[in-house]
Amino acid sequence: MSPSLLIEYGLDAVSAVLMITGAVFVLAGAIGMMRLPDFYTRMHAAGVTDTLGAELIVIGLMFQSGWSLVTVKLALLGLFVFLTSPTATHATANAAYKAGLKPLLTRFRPGGDDQNGSPL
Amino acid sequence: MGRRLVYGFVLTVVLAVLWLALSGMWSNLLITALGAASVAVSVYMTIRMGVLDGESVPFANLIRFGRYWGWLGGEIFKANIAVVRLALAPNLNIKPVLTRVAADHGSDLARTTFANSITLTPGTVTVEVEPNGFLVHALDESFADQEAFRDMERRAVRASDGEAPA
Repeated sequence: MSPSLLIEYGLDAVSAVLMITGAVFVLAGAIGMMRLPDFYTRMHAAGVTDTLGAELIVIGLMFQSGWSLVTVKLALLGLFVFLTSPTATHATANAAYKAGLKPLLTRFRPGGDDQNGSPL
Repeated sequence: MGRRLVYGFVLTVVLAVLWLALSGMWSNLLITALGAASVAVSVYMTIRMGVLDGESVPFANLIRFGRYWGWLGGEIFKANIAVVRLALAPNLNIKPVLTRVAADHGSDLARTTFANSITLTPGTVTVEVEPNGFLVHALDESFADQEAFRDMERRAVRASDGEAPA
């Protein structure tokens, strides 16, 4: 196997690992959105999707595109997501708070005190 | 005046590089000329709106911000793992809290950086901005660690203003 082919396979492997990990975090964020009790707590789960999930997928794609203009565009995309997503999250949270939506502030433990974990 | 000239020059260069990178149109004379025109209009509007200053052209602190973002990226990674562990635990057990975080150091840019960093870190979201602090919603009381917020504020102020808070 020639060295250049080896590098190509290596890059593919790194990129695949990054994108799969990103997809797992997106999925975890989605499941969290379903399971958590109220608007504010669900927002935290959505935060997983648009930070680590989105960034890992963008970085994985950068490994696919190699040294090209596409990589520069992906890097800019990652930077803009990084800068704008907290602003959007804050705007949503602030709107809900101003509209008078009260956050749940008591301990949420639907499974009771069962330490072994109960099936949902 | 001299400083604004430098800001105008830097903004022009940055916009030109951004346009070239995003369009990839290096050789077609007409399209490149249109790109140059759009850069000129953007710079002209920035001057006309009177926002040509260190806040709209924040490239002098790029290295300091880069270092801060590197640290923040690490924190975001750790917080993501913590949130996923809480949200996917077979037996959900969380205690959401609203907490006040003092933020009275540094410039507006430093406060914005701090508030955005709190929101960007999963598990904590800035809900309301008050005159000398933020109202922060945390997914679990373990995320509302005041000492960690102080550390983040120190770093945000250092990255934005170039000096540690008094």
